[in-house]
Amino acid sequence: MAKILAVDDSASMRQMVTFTLKNAGFEVVEAVDGQDALKVAQTTKVNLVLTDVNMPNMDGITLIRQLRALPAYKFIPMLMLTTESADNKKNEGKAAGATGWLVKPFNPDQLVATIKKVLG
Amino acid sequence: MSIDMAQFHQTFFEESFEGLDLMESGLLDLDAGDADIDLINTIFRAAHSIKGGSGTFGFKRVCEFTHIMETLLDEMRDKRRKVTQEAVNILLQSVDCLRDMLASERNGSRMDEDRVSQIQGMLNDLFNKKEASQLPAAGNTAPKEDNHDPDAQVWHIRFIPFPNLLAKGNDPVRMFRELDLLGELEVVANISNLAEFSSFNPEECYLSWNLTLKGAVTMESIKEIFEWVEDDCELDIRSLSQEKTADAVEHQSRPEGAGNGSEKEKNPSPESINRDSSKAIDKRGAPATAENSSIRVSIDKIDGLINMVGELVIIQSMLAQLGKDFDIDQLGKLRDGLSQLERNTRELQENVMRIRMLPISFAFNRFPRMVHDLSQKMGKQIELKMSGENTELDKTVMEKIVDPLVHLVRNSVDHGVEMPEARRACGKPETGLVHLNAYHKGGNIVIEISDDGAGLNKERILRKAQEKGLIKDGEIPSEEGINELIFLPGFSTAEVVSDVSGRGVGMDVVKKNIQALGGKIEIISREGKGTSFIIRLPLTLAILDGQLVSAGDQIYIIPLVSIIESLQIIEGNVNLIAGKAEVYKLRDEYIPIIRLYDVFNIPPKNTDLKGGLLVVVEGDGKKAGIFIDDLLDQQQVVIKSLETNFKRVEGVSGATILGDGTVALIMDISSLIRLSHQPGYTNHNVTILSASKAA
Amino acid sequence: MSHSNQYLTFMLAGEEYGVDILRVQEIKGWNKATPIPNTPDYIQGVMNLRGTIVPIVDLRNRFGLERVDYGITTVVIVLKVMASDGNRTMGIVVDAVSDVYNVSADEIKQTPDFGRSVSVDFIKGLAAVSEKMVIILDIDHLLNSSAIKNIDAMVN
Repeated sequence: MAKILAVDDSASMRQMVTFTLKNAGFEVVEAVDGQDALKVAQTTKVNLVLTDVNMPNMDGITLIRQLRALPAYKFIPMLMLTTESADNKKNEGKAAGATGWLVKPFNPDQLVATIKKVLG
Repeated sequence: MSIDMAQFHQTFFEESFEGLDLMESGLLDLDAGDADIDLINTIFRAAHSIKGGSGTFGFKRVCEFTHIMETLLDEMRDKRRKVTQEAVNILLQSVDCLRDMLASERNGSRMDEDRVSQIQGMLNDLFNKKEASQLPAAGNTAPKEDNHDPDAQVWHIRFIPFPNLLAKGNDPVRMFRELDLLGELEVVANISNLAEFSSFNPEECYLSWNLTLKGAVTMESIKEIFEWVEDDCELDIRSLSQEKTADAVEHQSRPEGAGNGSEKEKNPSPESINRDSSKAIDKRGAPATAENSSIRVSIDKIDGLINMVGELVIIQSMLAQLGKDFDIDQLGKLRDGLSQLERNTRELQENVMRIRMLPISFAFNRFPRMVHDLSQKMGKQIELKMSGENTELDKTVMEKIVDPLVHLVRNSVDHGVEMPEARRACGKPETGLVHLNAYHKGGNIVIEISDDGAGLNKERILRKAQEKGLIKDGEIPSEEGINELIFLPGFSTAEVVSDVSGRGVGMDVVKKNIQALGGKIEIISREGKGTSFIIRLPLTLAILDGQLVSAGDQIYIIPLVSIIESLQIIEGNVNLIAGKAEVYKLRDEYIPIIRLYDVFNIPPKNTDLKGGLLVVVEGDGKKAGIFIDDLLDQQQVVIKSLETNFKRVEGVSGATILGDGTVALIMDISSLIRLSHQPGYTNHNVTILSASKAA
Repeated sequence: MSHSNQYLTFMLAGEEYGVDILRVQEIKGWNKATPIPNTPDYIQGVMNLRGTIVPIVDLRNRFGLERVDYGITTVVIVLKVMASDGNRTMGIVVDAVSDVYNVSADEIKQTPDFGRSVSVDFIKGLAAVSEKMVIILDIDHLLNSSAIKNIDAMVN
């Protein structure tokens, strides 16, 4: 079963994402911000990282950049959850090594479809 | 798959209200002229989260509204917009409005549409102001592709990934798989760029592909598949049936721009923006402070508990081992184990109690806004200083102390701190200071509300008290006594009843509420220097510091906070009034004596006052001496309700279970004093002077 | 088959009384209760039942029967009492526990009217069980209307 690291500082988004992904048969580990995620990533191997962009302590883009530097995460797909208005964030994220993005607001079906698409 | 989004709403509302509080306090700090980027970032993130959540969970109106706030804040944090007082004020009002909008969404009540569009108008006007220079060029970035030809039967795609494409987690195979879903796909790989084996880097992509896709497919749907990689490859998409599409391709970079500003066309007429800002202040609050029976507990506390339970398990297994084949030689070990168990149990109890403890910042955090609004309204300059915000107290106590605190802070702003001119005239800085301070002291939390204002005007208080008949003519109370007068019902010092303090709630109610929590309030005031209100509260309502006393064959508990002193009765100080009511002369006061066995109607052990013990207590401003047989231990007791299975009992606030498993009643002093006044309950059936009158 | 309920019966001054067994939480030996000030005589006081405070009613006293010293058979039957404002746990002191009977609803006969000399409010009915008469109590009525409300009246 594919394991997904879901990173979001918003408890409701985490709740929704986790519920949705578990419902779709994925295993989910949560983290509340970039720093937390980095900690989790050092001890847990995941198949995909799904991260919010705007977070305290460490934002999603920094997280992606730092994760990409870890050998175990070099080829792991990493998706950003971003808002429509943040085109520059997409580019920044891409530059940092993001695989792609999911535009907020999204619904659970879109989320699952995107993840399935990436994980094949 | 369909997922009921409603299940996440509660969490969304909770975090949004928290986010709003965060925005509010952040904005208030910005107010001080501090354009700290971290701070703006925090405010931005809160708005951003609310926007994201409301969009996801289907609160469209909230999402729309927050979007403008977010955009403004985004410009501020990118230094594209100045942080002005006006902007901060409008954002603060927006926070209020948003709070109400969210409350309406949560409660399913109707939103105040007029207000929402008014404030949204203000935000829009702010957004359109010219100072917001260098706004990114508006306009949709994605150039409209010619998707007018969905029947383009054959697409030719040239896909040349840059070497680093794989290192971003993208896999060309995924894209092929998706294209395959759109139509009939033919893939031809070009291996001409493959590196020599010696220099081959398996992490890089050397291949490129020529793809042919047949089917009724639009350009957009193809581009969507390559959306994530368009910067990481060379991409050429052509419709073979329409060779002229060359202009629609070859885009390795997209035009920059933030986009959708042009979609927002809601600009209400300017006259709608001027509104009474005080309304906004009054309307706020309610939803955010709405009772919530859940409690957030920090991970630290839970970890602490888990550790302690772990220890408990170890001790338990040790004791079990010891008990298995116990030998009297091991008695010492058993004792050690038991005392360890006792220590552990006590720690565990304390820590479980701490779960209910929250930092007082939960109560304090409303004050920056309140002081800001009030002082603006009154034309005063006030700096609010807060310290000890991390001091913890029980959630229940917290909920009940908020109103008294609000009243006292209002009072300091309204009556305490003077107008700037008046302050200047007496050589003080124009900006007054209101200081909220909290700290723990001996099982209590102490909260101080101090100002550096004019102090209580003793003559005026005295005059007013005389006018209102609260004290007898010619009677001059002590300095302290004068200050205490403001706690009497029906007392209000405000010459003009302002809409700030004069809300029909007097200081008497404040005192009463604090006493109901088992607390005390006192005043220290120095004319011209300022006033301090000092509140002492028990940390929790679940535990009480008690004095165990015996009367007859019963043990009762008197709350320590009610006790002024305990003394041995000197016969000469006992007086009989009208031959019946017993009073005790304590220095310059006469206090009524309550024979506990009489009031509680139990068989007495000792009925002779001479040489007996008197516990002097105070409740509801009245003093009394309780005649008891013996003073026992002082200890913390866990309060149990009598009402759960029974009824409220006059004179008793609850019960506790003593070490031997028996039940002991906890006295309610105010109620006991009232009870002692009622005929029929006491043999000394006469009116008793109240302490305050006897003074 | 008509519905039959199980009743726990106990002795009080030679008579046998029954309470719905589903309402019985536990039976425990008599332990000294802590008196509550200014409550009617039949409120013996409160006891500690695993951390909750439970009021104890002396049933002899409640029924105006002659008082006896508590002995080794004296027990407290802890009951769940239902009221509109929620459930309560209360204990009743009785002489001794007797038996458990199955009694069907149609075996419970209406209590004869004694006029005002004897209050029968809290008696659900009479049941004949193997030639004995068992007085079936309505504990909700007994322990709500009397014990609690009287106290209310006193306080006011």
